[in-house]
Amino acid sequence: MATRVDGGMGAPMARGAVVEWARDIYDDLDFTVVRQWLEEHPKSKAGGYLPVYAPREVLHATGFLPVGIHGGGDRLEIIRGDAFYQSYICHLPRSVIELAQSGRLDMLSAVLFPSTCDVIRNLSGIWKLLYPDVYVRYVDVPQIPDPGAAAEFWAGELRRLLDDLGDVTGHRPTDEELRRSIALYNETRKMIRTLYAARRERPWDVPTEELYLLLRAGESVAPEEFIARARQYLAAVAADPKRQRDNSRVVIVGAFCEQPPLGLIKSIERAGCYIVDDDFLLGNRFLTHDVPTDGDPVRALADAFIRNDMKSSVLYEIDPGGKRSLMANRVAAANADGIIFATPSFCDPALLDQPMLRNGAEKAGIPCIAFKYAENTGQFQQFREQAGTFADSIKLWGAA
Amino acid sequence: MSVALKDRSMVLQKEMIANHFERLARAPETGEPVVYTFVPGNLTELIRSFGALPVLPEINALQSGMRKLSGEYIAEAERAGHSEDVCTYVKCDIGMMRSGNIGPGGKKLPKPDLLLLSYTGCYTFMKWFELLREEYDCPTVMFHVPYQGDGKLEPEHREYMLRQLREQVIPALEKATGRKYDEEKLRHHLALSAIAEEDLVAVLQAGKKRPSPIDGYFGTVYYVGPIFSAFRGTQEGVDYYRALREEVEERAMLGLGPITPEGPLEGEKYRLVVEGPPNWTHFRDFWKMFADEKAVVVASTYTKVGGTYDFGFRHDPNDPLGTLADYCSGCYTNLNLPSRIDMICQYIKEYEADGFLINSVKSCNSFSAGQLMILREVEKRTGIPGAFIESDLVDPRYFSAANIKNRLESYFQMIDARRAGKTP
Repeated sequence: MATRVDGGMGAPMARGAVVEWARDIYDDLDFTVVRQWLEEHPKSKAGGYLPVYAPREVLHATGFLPVGIHGGGDRLEIIRGDAFYQSYICHLPRSVIELAQSGRLDMLSAVLFPSTCDVIRNLSGIWKLLYPDVYVRYVDVPQIPDPGAAAEFWAGELRRLLDDLGDVTGHRPTDEELRRSIALYNETRKMIRTLYAARRERPWDVPTEELYLLLRAGESVAPEEFIARARQYLAAVAADPKRQRDNSRVVIVGAFCEQPPLGLIKSIERAGCYIVDDDFLLGNRFLTHDVPTDGDPVRALADAFIRNDMKSSVLYEIDPGGKRSLMANRVAAANADGIIFATPSFCDPALLDQPMLRNGAEKAGIPCIAFKYAENTGQFQQFREQAGTFADSIKLWGAA
Repeated sequence: MSVALKDRSMVLQKEMIANHFERLARAPETGEPVVYTFVPGNLTELIRSFGALPVLPEINALQSGMRKLSGEYIAEAERAGHSEDVCTYVKCDIGMMRSGNIGPGGKKLPKPDLLLLSYTGCYTFMKWFELLREEYDCPTVMFHVPYQGDGKLEPEHREYMLRQLREQVIPALEKATGRKYDEEKLRHHLALSAIAEEDLVAVLQAGKKRPSPIDGYFGTVYYVGPIFSAFRGTQEGVDYYRALREEVEERAMLGLGPITPEGPLEGEKYRLVVEGPPNWTHFRDFWKMFADEKAVVVASTYTKVGGTYDFGFRHDPNDPLGTLADYCSGCYTNLNLPSRIDMICQYIKEYEADGFLINSVKSCNSFSAGQLMILREVEKRTGIPGAFIESDLVDPRYFSAANIKNRLESYFQMIDARRAGKTP
């Protein structure tokens, strides 16, 4: 059972201690840190959100602790969840249902279901039927970057969320309170960008296993706590440099919704790959620029989404050449050697995008491999062999 | 007389479709603009008002399935890197295109002048047209229809759709066709739609009669073909539905059952409501499994993906753009799960069904994700046990005739046992 590390968040902390703090939270499918937080904040509530993008600022401003719901991974036996889904539907929803039906999500007073795909969309309907006392909202984001109608639509959705969530907590935030939440999440995203930059620059110092655990913990704790732990982690990393290895630098693409088991990430790294960019937990950095903290805060959030330059399989690509160039752009930005398309089985957004992305990558001469996983995959040998061969081939022939 | 009337509607439909594909084949020479779009949320009247011809890729895919071509088309797409896990309509369409793009009429389909991505109730639509855009390198316009997550069309969502129609869709159609938007023409097409919709609803609701003169699933996928595709808002569509209605009303008057591939069905024994799309690769075999047991589908949800007219919606020429928004929002797959359950329960009650069956297709998460919850909830509310079978849209690898037949036979035996009072 995970317990929150109280006090000393500004104090130095060993890398291992931060990682173990994060690992405890990751392993704890009872969400003990969330329950503890609720005990300490009796006037507040916990609000869940599924992948990929949900406006956490709105949850936060209305008095919720935003909690990422990412399934039970390989740490949860599915008993009830399989009764809700056919074998050809991805693993995430059955695992989320399992968490809920076993009472592990009973601390959530609201759950947001983003417009990631039809499976998550329809899960919102299941939730309405199973948990009529919980506030449920399908979060339908605009699909075109139109500063007129689309921005107005999204601003309307955000206002609706503010009203509805405010009704649940009894707290309709002022503009100033919403601006403070926006500023806090700006800081959170800035910290995540810093972590990603550190890994990109020195992947030997910032293993993705550690970074991932830290980000997963950040989905269950207050943003202030995440920022503090991340600072401690970066300070510990700077004080504890590792030796660079002759690994290949890869981008992992396609794992933005159903998360890979930690063993898969470790297997890729141990096979000789430095992961220098990825899609994991993409919602935590979906907005790539700071949201302005002046003016109408709702409009600021809406406009930030419309102006956002995040490219993702869960959004319509308005640029006809966008899919073709995306992988080359990401590889160049990360100074990577190749791409691993690691995609959850039966994931419509990732798998439908993959031919377009891969064609673009291969036309740009970027080495690629692809495999599928499920969040509860338990055998990693094949992935290790595939990734190892890929890393070797890049080193042998990549410069040719 | 009923045979003659049946023949008339069938002949009419055959002629309409043949003429349409002939016009499409000649479009590169005649210069008629071509707009690809999807069945749910199709804006056929608007497309027609610009003098353009619609192409519906799902219709082409299901036709390929019925003509036993889809297996090879899907294999072609999978060889090109498309996953075995994703929608087989998409792969069938891409495979068909890569194999020469020969359409259901046996002639080459023209390239689109515009991909009108009516994003209504199906995530895959978005990827489908992104994929087609890669192949055709043509303009694409996205029309985002908000999902009815809370079970109703919100006024601000309607306004959002109206603005998109005015600011995005109509300008894109003007550019693609070289013609100006003409609201009077649109009103004309919408008025024709409403006439045909009235007759279609009379046909659908004939399923309430005992015996039902129609099969509300297998037979009705033919009936909805014209209105779900290119012929809503056309005089041909009006003529077809009038002929069909007369034919069905006559069968009802004579107490006749539906026409099946094996001939008229006599002695209706089971009345079913079906949720989910049919399998197209073995469509006749699938239908025969029901007909052999004297099972008639009196209502189905799949036949509402292109519009829920039997719940009162009609296109309204007095509100030309608003009515298009209302139409798109109300298509079946744009409704949330609770609304879908309400609809099924209502069908079971009003059509006096004694069975409920879900055909869950591997390809379509929009339909399939949540169907086990639908099954459970409908059973709870109606007290009628449901049956659950699995197949696919157009991938022949996922149709297991023996398994489906066994399950259906067991289900019908269970209904018999319940009627005999042997089970609770």
